[in-house]
Amino acid sequence: MKNSFVQVQNLAKRFPIANEEELTVFENANFAIEKGEFVCITGHSGCGKSTILNALAGLDEPTQGCVIMDGKEVVGPSLERGIVFQNYSLLPWLTVMDNVKFGVRARWPNWSKEQIESQCHKFIDMVGLNGTELRKPSELSGGMRQRVSIARAFATQPKLLLLDEPFGALDALTRGNIQDELINIWNETKQTIFMITHDVDEAILMADRVLLMSNGPRARVAESVVVDIARPRKRAEIIDAPEYYKIRNYLVNFLVNRSKELSGSSPSLNEEPLTVNPGVETRPMPETKAIA
Amino acid sequence: MDIRGKSIILSLAILVTMLGIWEMSVHKPESSEPLSEYELLMGGAEQESRVPPPSDVLKLAASELSNPFYDAGPNDKGIGIQLGYSLYRVLAGYLLAMLIALPLGFVIGMSPLMYRAINPFIQILRPISPLAWMPLALFVIKDSEASAIFVIFICSIWPMLVNTAFGVSNVRKDWLRVASTHELSRLRTALTVILPAAAPTILTGMRISIGIAWLVIVAAEMLVGGTGVGYYVWNEWNNLDLTSVIFSILMIGLVGMLLDMILAAAIKRVKYQE
Repeated sequence: MKNSFVQVQNLAKRFPIANEEELTVFENANFAIEKGEFVCITGHSGCGKSTILNALAGLDEPTQGCVIMDGKEVVGPSLERGIVFQNYSLLPWLTVMDNVKFGVRARWPNWSKEQIESQCHKFIDMVGLNGTELRKPSELSGGMRQRVSIARAFATQPKLLLLDEPFGALDALTRGNIQDELINIWNETKQTIFMITHDVDEAILMADRVLLMSNGPRARVAESVVVDIARPRKRAEIIDAPEYYKIRNYLVNFLVNRSKELSGSSPSLNEEPLTVNPGVETRPMPETKAIA
Repeated sequence: MDIRGKSIILSLAILVTMLGIWEMSVHKPESSEPLSEYELLMGGAEQESRVPPPSDVLKLAASELSNPFYDAGPNDKGIGIQLGYSLYRVLAGYLLAMLIALPLGFVIGMSPLMYRAINPFIQILRPISPLAWMPLALFVIKDSEASAIFVIFICSIWPMLVNTAFGVSNVRKDWLRVASTHELSRLRTALTVILPAAAPTILTGMRISIGIAWLVIVAAEMLVGGTGVGYYVWNEWNNLDLTSVIFSILMIGLVGMLLDMILAAAIKRVKYQE
């Protein structure tokens, strides 16, 4: 934890409510992300996942605690941290190319035109959008728009990439394709990624570690589940891995049952989430109701 | 036939019918009786004045438009020259208004504090008829030309200001987040994100403004006199030349339509689909 690339320390978010005590969404969130790691965070709506992501991004100020990245405290948004939003957040008056350029130009203001263009083309190709450079976002499908958004974020080569449910608004087939692409890009770039997802399968497919949050209010980052499945992972093959269902059942069980039970019990200061590795551990797992 | 073709035919039919009714209704009644003594004394003129028929207006239009820029002294200038004067005043006042309204609108739109501080002034000043400023303008500026421009300035500033502030303050938060995560400065954010995002709203305000400015210039020129299409209308009324009055009314409409079309085309260019 001490020397990790990203350190989240005792993060808390509270909202004042009229005539009442403040509402604590979550508190004492402590976790770390290593360089090159792909970490997913999941939990029910309202547990504060997005708030944590926004705090990492520097877009939202936590009520308490801090985020340290690369030895420096995060105090505001920065090009060191790229973000992909669920609603794509493309600029609708710019073409695909210009949207990607927007990021690259901001990142390297001194680059020549050729450098900027080649960087943009490289990442537009990477997400499989070559040929659509001159189209406007309104002329693209939801999946294609999210690809542009991913290209824009990766093209600036941030030290930390934050993905806020990037596939939440996409249909299942498109989602699968873009997940594959994202894994491919990640394999190439070895970017450090922190991603919010509601999809257990998505988390297992992509993540090195899945952080589990209990239900809010007074949510906590309860556990850190190691996903020990060998890479490269493929969507079609991953289900054959011996650990797959063990991990999956563990996650589903947490979300269906234990996230409720744990809710309302705040961790103490500096308490870190329990690290579990359901893929290798042989101890009996908690009762599982849903196996889909 | 598609709806476009049908609409053109219908428009032409309405035009011909209206002109026909106008032409018929203003014709002198044929009278076989010899002129009375009174009528002879009046040179055959009727007591009851009549609006000239459209055929006269068309004839005048043809001759005026064949030489629109002639200048035969202060009281006899071509319609082109008069419209030119009016356009010059409108554009001068309009551009001055733009210089103030657009930056100020940005400031108001980007800062809730400035919005609250400046909004009361806008609300009080906006409903004032621009012509009500005229006496004050004449007294302070002491120049009728500049006063007319000031009146245009004061009437076209409000829609631009209000629309700019509205457009700027309603830029989607997502896009502002994109700007802040890319570490854009405030100025760059204003120019590369807020301006294109708010451009359709801003230009809509400018379109409303140019329409109002063109309405107001006619009245302003009737007051300040000398040149311009407003003065021309009033002068021809004093000359009792109704044909010229009707002709200039039509020209005012035509130029107003062209100004509106230019702004509409500009809006179309900056419009984007989300």
